[in-house]
Amino acid sequence: MAEATETTRKRSQVADVDRSLYDFKYSEEGFERYADGLSTDIVRAISEKKDEPQWMLDMRLKALAIYEEMEMPANWGPSIEMLDLNHISAYVSPKTKQASSWDEVPEDIKNTFERLGIPEAERESLAGVGAQYDSEIVYHNMRAEVADQGVIYTTIEDALHDPELEPIVHEYFGKLIPMRDHKFAALHYAVWSGGSFVYVPEGVTLPYPLQSYFRLNAQGAGQFEHTLIIVEPGADLHFIEGCSAPKYYEANLHAGAVELFVKDNARLRYSTIENWSKNMFNLNTKRATVGADAKMEWVSGSFGSHVSYLYPTTIMQGARSTCEFTGITFAGATQDLDTGCKVILNGPDTTASVDTKSISKDGGINTFRSSIVVGRKADRARATVSCASLMLDDFSRSDTIPAMDVRNGSASVGHEATIGRISDDTILYLMSRGCSEAEARTMVVNGFADPVSKELPMEYAIEMNNLIKLEMEGAIG
Amino acid sequence: MSDQLLTISGLSAGTEDTPILHDINLSIGAGETHVLMGPNGAGKSTLGHVIMGDPVFQVTGGSIMFDGQDVTDKGADKRSLAGIFLSYQAPVEVPGVPLYSFLRTICQMRPELKTTARKFRARVGEIADQLDIDQSFLTRELNVGFSGGEKKKIEMLQLLLLRPKLAILDETDSGLDVDALSIVSKAIEAYRADCDGALLMITHNTRILERLSVDHTHVMVRGNLVADGPASLIDDIDSNGFARFENELAQKGVE
Ligand SMILES: Nc1ncnc2c1ncn2[C@@H]1O[C@H](COP(=O)(O)OP(=O)(O)OP(=O)(O)O)[C@@H](O)[C@H]1O
Ligand SMILES: [Mg+2]
Repeated sequence: MAEATETTRKRSQVADVDRSLYDFKYSEEGFERYADGLSTDIVRAISEKKDEPQWMLDMRLKALAIYEEMEMPANWGPSIEMLDLNHISAYVSPKTKQASSWDEVPEDIKNTFERLGIPEAERESLAGVGAQYDSEIVYHNMRAEVADQGVIYTTIEDALHDPELEPIVHEYFGKLIPMRDHKFAALHYAVWSGGSFVYVPEGVTLPYPLQSYFRLNAQGAGQFEHTLIIVEPGADLHFIEGCSAPKYYEANLHAGAVELFVKDNARLRYSTIENWSKNMFNLNTKRATVGADAKMEWVSGSFGSHVSYLYPTTIMQGARSTCEFTGITFAGATQDLDTGCKVILNGPDTTASVDTKSISKDGGINTFRSSIVVGRKADRARATVSCASLMLDDFSRSDTIPAMDVRNGSASVGHEATIGRISDDTILYLMSRGCSEAEARTMVVNGFADPVSKELPMEYAIEMNNLIKLEMEGAIG
Repeated sequence: MSDQLLTISGLSAGTEDTPILHDINLSIGAGETHVLMGPNGAGKSTLGHVIMGDPVFQVTGGSIMFDGQDVTDKGADKRSLAGIFLSYQAPVEVPGVPLYSFLRTICQMRPELKTTARKFRARVGEIADQLDIDQSFLTRELNVGFSGGEKKKIEMLQLLLLRPKLAILDETDSGLDVDALSIVSKAIEAYRADCDGALLMITHNTRILERLSVDHTHVMVRGNLVADGPASLIDDIDSNGFARFENELAQKGVE
């Protein structure tokens, strides 16, 4: 790690925050001493290194206490028994940061970069190796450009050190996802590090999407990152999180949190293409609150991780607000992905439409959960949920678990689920026009994913198609 | 015989539990036009599928030689690349796959058809005009929501783009209105002339054959090829039906 951070030290303040965070005083033996669990000392050390305001430290300590007292979620989705919570301190120690040199990145991931056609220079950084690369410059340029419009795009750490921004962070941070939400939310608040802070002032429309992976990689953070986005009334933002290149960390727990505040008449599109390495437990929490006449759009692609629990939640508080959720999940060998979404319609005349796809292959397991809650005051609220699953063989699995709780008689909620296979006729048709069987199957799967690709900016859509192609070829381990 | 494009010898085939085709012998020379007729359920489509390499059907005897190679055990993709084309009686819909990029893909995978994006666009535009296919169809998903007649035109578009050595057209004329029928027969003529392509036309309708000079007419009854005659056989069948062939077959003791 020493060489890698040494080179980034001088580059920017962003890199500095990262480096100092993990500069633990503890020796190798000291690290062993804390190996049985998280301690207040570790949490205090994180906070101290970040030079945080007192309220943040208090919050961390409170979260730690809650984390210790809360039970593991019982009988929920896929088993997370393999996740060793007794050694949780290891996840926030310097020992298990991102791979510190390109040599440590597993072969299968290196191959994937090769096949995705990602240039050499970017590979190391995308894999999570904290080396220098061009994206950092891109990130800084992007910051400067949006700043002209009064938009703030920075890390939460930096925002906490800015006297003008600190009160805003204080006002919103942790307000949407309570610490007690679940054990991993508590863990997140105790040890969070890195992530984005975005503030779009009233009436401002950003002409292009903000992309977090530039920053995340420059930052070298990502496992417990906190994203806080505030879109003021009438403003419009598209935020893109992650990218299709696999992210590899030695430690295998990701417990991030995303809090999105979409004010009246505003629009936020939040797109994610996630491809965690396949040793990862991805226990992520995402939540949005939506004002009157506002619009929340989720576009979500989940390809990576060993186990995922991922259910972005939208709370539709304002009248006439709308929510669109478009998602795709691809579970291959060794993957058990429990994904879905939750929408709470509280305002009158709110509408939500959820459209998801899942693909299961080589024994992969997909579970889609949807939860639609219509509150008492949500007159004429309408929600539709549709889930289409594609099974690529007989030993993969796909389940749909819809839940609804409708407390207003004038509301309407619809649900439809289909499970399909690739028909032999389709394969024959494509093969008889010259496609190999593998090409034919990939073509059908990409076609199936098309409604999701369409929602993504061009370069991400292409990346997603490439990713599907690689998954189909079994090139990703 | 050696200069034949397609030589089927002693071919028997069927599904796992039902034999459908019995001891089929059929040869088609380069550039020749053959017509295959027969009552519903006789096995005409099955023969087309077996020549194309549909794995649903198992070959239980005999062989298929195409352009000098034995393709009996080859996959449909290999046969397509070798120059066999089958226009389906009911083309499938493939959601999410844009027609234009599909056409581009299937042409680019053939060394002889590889070309620049600009030339390709021009070529597709030209053929679409020729077939009276609205350009807006090109951005739609492959066959999705297309009418029966439109699907047949998309098959012809692929035929003209791919320039195969042998085209098997399975009831391409059925479901076409008069104008479409005349457009499609012109397209078939164009394929014959431009590519010197051989044709195996499966049809119940003699209208489509009017513009073509037919070299051979074959009759299939209950999975057997029972007659190989000149073009005039078509008119005979048109007026007298298949009864004569059915009776002949029954006399030979075939159930
Ligand atoms: N996949 C299949 N499984 C079982 N039987 C089949 C299958 N395909 C075809 N058959 C049977 O084989 C026989 C021949 O069918 P085929 O479709 O080849 O007839 P055809 O001559 O093309 O008829 P038509 O003029 O009606 O199109 C029929 O009895 C049909 O039911
Ligand atoms: Mg038929």
